[in-house]
Amino acid sequence: MRTSVFRWLTRLRTAILAAALLTSACACSPIQPWVKPYEREHLADLIMGLDRNPVSSTYLDHVFETREGARGATGAVGGGCGCN
Amino acid sequence: MRNRIVAMAAMLALALPAWAGTGGVQAPGFTLQSVDGRTVSLTQFKGDVVMINFWASWCGPCRQEMPLLDSIYKQYKDMGFVLLGVNVEPDAHSANAWLQKTPVSYPILYDPKSQVSQLYQVQAMPTTVIVDRQGIVRFVHNGYLPGDENQYMNSIRSLIVQ
Amino acid sequence: MAALCLAAVPALAGVLPEDRVDALYHRYQGGGITVQGPSILVQKRIGDHFAVNANYYQDMISSASIDVLLSASPYKETRTQKSVGAQYLHGKTTYSAGFINSVEPDYKANTAYYSVSQDMFGDLTTVTLSYSRGWDQIYRDIKSNGVLSNDPTFHQRADHRVYGLSISQILTRNLVGTLNYQFSSDQGYLASPYREIRYIDPNNPVGYTLAPQIYPGTRTMDAFSGSLKYYLPYRAALTGQYRFFTDSWGIVAHTLKLDYVQPLRHHWTLDGSIRYYRQGAASFYSDLFPYANYSNYMARDRELAAFHSITFGLEASYAFSIPRLTWIQKSTATLSFDRMMITYLDYRDALYSKFDPGAIKAGAEPIYSLDANVYQAYVSLWF
Repeated sequence: MRTSVFRWLTRLRTAILAAALLTSACACSPIQPWVKPYEREHLADLIMGLDRNPVSSTYLDHVFETREGARGATGAVGGGCGCN
Repeated sequence: MRNRIVAMAAMLALALPAWAGTGGVQAPGFTLQSVDGRTVSLTQFKGDVVMINFWASWCGPCRQEMPLLDSIYKQYKDMGFVLLGVNVEPDAHSANAWLQKTPVSYPILYDPKSQVSQLYQVQAMPTTVIVDRQGIVRFVHNGYLPGDENQYMNSIRSLIVQ
Repeated sequence: MAALCLAAVPALAGVLPEDRVDALYHRYQGGGITVQGPSILVQKRIGDHFAVNANYYQDMISSASIDVLLSASPYKETRTQKSVGAQYLHGKTTYSAGFINSVEPDYKANTAYYSVSQDMFGDLTTVTLSYSRGWDQIYRDIKSNGVLSNDPTFHQRADHRVYGLSISQILTRNLVGTLNYQFSSDQGYLASPYREIRYIDPNNPVGYTLAPQIYPGTRTMDAFSGSLKYYLPYRAALTGQYRFFTDSWGIVAHTLKLDYVQPLRHHWTLDGSIRYYRQGAASFYSDLFPYANYSNYMARDRELAAFHSITFGLEASYAFSIPRLTWIQKSTATLSFDRMMITYLDYRDALYSKFDPGAIKAGAEPIYSLDANVYQAYVSLWF
């Protein structure tokens, strides 16, 4: 069970990195990004951050995890200014 | 005026290949309002080396690079060099507030409808474009990391002497 | 295609986290338990490509909970957790790794984690793959002559592996979406050395007899979640998140969370949230087993019971400036309050029969419910 998950994840990672290389290395992908870099004003706003206060969100996640059976899949990185 | 920009943009869009990177193309002309109320056109600077920097007050690397751009401008402005800061924000309020705190001496132009950003196919914030004395785009740089100002100065130095 | 790409734009970089320090005081009070302590988090960039972070966290526990009162006695203990981590940014890829160490008198846990995050597609998409591995050592405290110490005959281990995949996608100028999947695998001693199950025993005055719990030695879990975050035109943000959880113990759980953040004029920001959680019981859970040795696996831990909970949260943050210290770019002070209300569906308050034997039939005690208050006060400095 463990090794098949690991193999699947390795293949998935290769696929993702291949896709990343194609789409990020050049402006030649078939679909152009529909939100331009100069249109990201609202997304760059602090209130749109996916995890604004990690010290607090980590603590609250811990409070819920100790009392509940479920755990995980609570956050992601991304969004934001997209600068550089 | 706006129809002229649109017409120019349409012609150039048809003629322009995907030049995301190396230049060698005639820099698209534009006319924008500046911070001090004047109307500024790119054609005014024919014969000068022109550096166009696309920036926004919400963009950290943009704010970081602007004081350095200011010193570059002061260093080369008497040698036939001009720096135009194009602000891409739809609302000038935040840009003006930031310029109050951190003023620069080079002209700042407003592009509230992103017309010039689209014309120049801006792909990152900030984007710096350097145009030579004949109006050809010679250098395009996406983003800003400390040390990039050296690349700008190398490019300016080689174009100034032409 | 390849030739065109060669003449392309140079690789664009992602962004490292900002330099900041957070000092938090946390306090949980509910169900006879009080847990409080500090959490200090420091994040610092080093150069243009590296960032490091460190966290010091403590739980000072004072527990007279329903579980403790049923089969043990109130206790106090402290758990200390220290973690360090680093991030390396190369082009559009961010590599992170870190280590967490948690120590309390009867539980020592070490966790190592690693993740890779890739910005792509004009920086509209971020894909993150993560892996973490935990090694736990479990002991049992016993009281002799009023002093707590480890039972030398009890030493167990547990291993954890977590694989994660996250995708965040900018959908419009005002909307960000995320999808997360997490697969976890636990192995070893997954029970509690202190908790017990109860089974019906007519020979016992209280109507039941307590017995050790028996847990499976493995557990695999799947969690799927999605969220949307929307920027409102008058400058506010609304977030909705849903998570589905299922595991090999038969637990199915749903979590729904709504969050609204509203900056106000004059330095204030308010944040309100509602969280609804619903869980189905584990297959080997029962509040009261019909007889001894009913099944191979038996548990009465309320964390595995069927219950639903609703949590209301309110947070107020004030941005202030410190004129003397110009190297501090921004500083905020935040107060946060959460009220968590848990209603169990098949977990009963067995203390009723314990303290009043014969008055209430075993299995007819009132259903237990729990209200807890969670307080946080923290100061954040950006430099």
